[in-house]
Amino acid sequence: MQLENYLRQKKATKDILLMTHIVLGYPSLDANRAVIEQMVAGGVDCIEMQIPFTEPMADGPIILKANQESIAGGTTVEECLAFGAEMSRTYEIPFLYMTYYNIIYKYGEARFLDRAAADGIAGLILPDLPPEEGAELCAAARKRGIAPILIFAPTSTEVRMRELSGHGAGFIYCTARRGVTGKHSQLDADFGDYLQRCRAATDLPLAVGFGIQSRTDVEALIGLADMAVIGSQTIKLVDEQGVAAVGPFIATLNDVSGTSS
Amino acid sequence: MDSTAYFGQWGGSFIPEVLHETFRHLERAFAEIKSDPAFWQEYITLMSTYSCRPTPLTHAENLSQHFGGAQIYIKREDLNHTGAHKANNVMGQGLLVKRMGKTRVIAETGAGQHGVATATMAAKFGFDCTIYMGEEDVARQRPNVFWMEKMGATVVTVRDGSRTLKDAINEAFRDWVTNMDTTHYVFGTACGPAPFPEMVSWLQSIIGQEAREQILRQHGRLPARIYACVGGGSNSLGIFSSFFGEADTELVGVEAGGHGLDSGQHASRLCGHDASPGVAQGYKTMFLQNSDGQMLDTHSVSAGLDYIGVSPILADHWEKKTVRFEAATDREVIEALDLTMKKEGIIPALESAHAFVQAFKEAPELSPDDAVIINMSGRGDKDIFTIAQAFDDPSWKDFIIQRAAAYQK
Repeated sequence: MQLENYLRQKKATKDILLMTHIVLGYPSLDANRAVIEQMVAGGVDCIEMQIPFTEPMADGPIILKANQESIAGGTTVEECLAFGAEMSRTYEIPFLYMTYYNIIYKYGEARFLDRAAADGIAGLILPDLPPEEGAELCAAARKRGIAPILIFAPTSTEVRMRELSGHGAGFIYCTARRGVTGKHSQLDADFGDYLQRCRAATDLPLAVGFGIQSRTDVEALIGLADMAVIGSQTIKLVDEQGVAAVGPFIATLNDVSGTSS
Repeated sequence: MDSTAYFGQWGGSFIPEVLHETFRHLERAFAEIKSDPAFWQEYITLMSTYSCRPTPLTHAENLSQHFGGAQIYIKREDLNHTGAHKANNVMGQGLLVKRMGKTRVIAETGAGQHGVATATMAAKFGFDCTIYMGEEDVARQRPNVFWMEKMGATVVTVRDGSRTLKDAINEAFRDWVTNMDTTHYVFGTACGPAPFPEMVSWLQSIIGQEAREQILRQHGRLPARIYACVGGGSNSLGIFSSFFGEADTELVGVEAGGHGLDSGQHASRLCGHDASPGVAQGYKTMFLQNSDGQMLDTHSVSAGLDYIGVSPILADHWEKKTVRFEAATDREVIEALDLTMKKEGIIPALESAHAFVQAFKEAPELSPDDAVIINMSGRGDKDIFTIAQAFDDPSWKDFIIQRAAAYQK
């Protein structure tokens, strides 16, 4: 409940919340530290930290490359967890882990959750763990106060959405379209219908991700969703313009969030 | 998840939510064809008219005599259209795609055999076709790329990760999560999320059904041992299928030993000591991975065995000790290939030659009254560049140099 309550309180002050994403160890943990500092200063509401995996099936080229280069550079799961603990200690906003199930399976589910809970991690996003395989992990996370973030897709039926929602906590991550991360999403008329179906199927706040890249994209979500997720775009920005470009970028996005509050 | 998704503790279906409905559709379609005898009949007819089924069981008399032990029989999957057992799975899935009303197929390929078979099927049935192939495999198996493209397929070179089979699988999934309405992913082996392991094994069981009948007719009783190479596991499960539970027949899977099990450069998941249980590419099995759960680079002289995971069905047989697993090194494979060509005039694929290695090691310890079957999963012509290099063949090198020079003019 902690994450959900936090988001609801924040939402009372803004039209739409912002979640940003980083791949741990890409380009380096030091760079991650500097990027997160700017994100927090820019007013993001929560941050998902991706623990890299060699086989990131649901990710597009930008995040895929970041995963591979981080691992090639020697990033270990242990370093990622130590970093996550440090961020959670340093800043007030909630931090979540995003990764693929094998990382947690190898670490040991209970051991991972105990550690994440002790480190103050607010939530967990696992795109390759449907509830058919992960119901127990979801329950074990909830018991420790960690929100298991379930994912809705445009292909999910209403019955399916209700089922997913029953396992989740914190918020629901709605993917804006089919496909993988990183490609720009055209948010058309069907998209509004889709988010209405999502809204009807769950009482949890709705976050929308996949291809949200600009102020215009974020604006389009106001009234339809509670939180916009910026993923590949900040990685691209750091690649192209360096760490210092993140602050101003977040400020432009967040300006939208604050304008009519 | 329904119980058929698991084999012992292995298997399952670890898929992104966006594919949930696609897999429900696929499961229903598979359940329908499995319970419809007309489907299997249609499949048999197709395979006996478009491919060369039943494939022969060849008594390798010279090799049998050479080793002075068991009678060696070779199940000739190389005589399938496109030269490997891959055609069985692909044509069966092609019939399924027609029933599901989809118009496009995608596939991953390692050695290129599955890619060629899929491109063939797509041409025959009129489907659009895209094949994903790792950059390293494209370099190893360029002739197969040529044929895929000639049959109208788009071949996408995958430059991510280790640039081999696992990366091609990831990329095919990325295509599928975008285009699932029109597209079926023709998974090439008995791995991946349910129902693929069961479906691919079921379609490949045609090998075992024929082999059982043939060995009884030709040898008079069941074989003492059956040898099959194991990459993902589809050819081995295909031939083993009709012999599981037979007390007198031992089933032997042969993995890629690469430069040796202690070299760190191999693809032995079940008989080595570098693999551990894990979940990747949609299923749970023994993966070659480090203690963090990051997948390791694999090595084999044969592109088709060069893979991090193994069929969950075989992981279960390994755990229950109903299949024995061995490894053959790159060097042993080339020696077995050489001997088979010289003695029998038969050219096994580098993948299949792994099974020959183990059979040759064990044949002498068996009686001439015993029979063993080697599943020759594919033909070696496709490997001409790799084999010629392994033999360091001087006249072939001259030919390549001259041909290259001619292209440069």
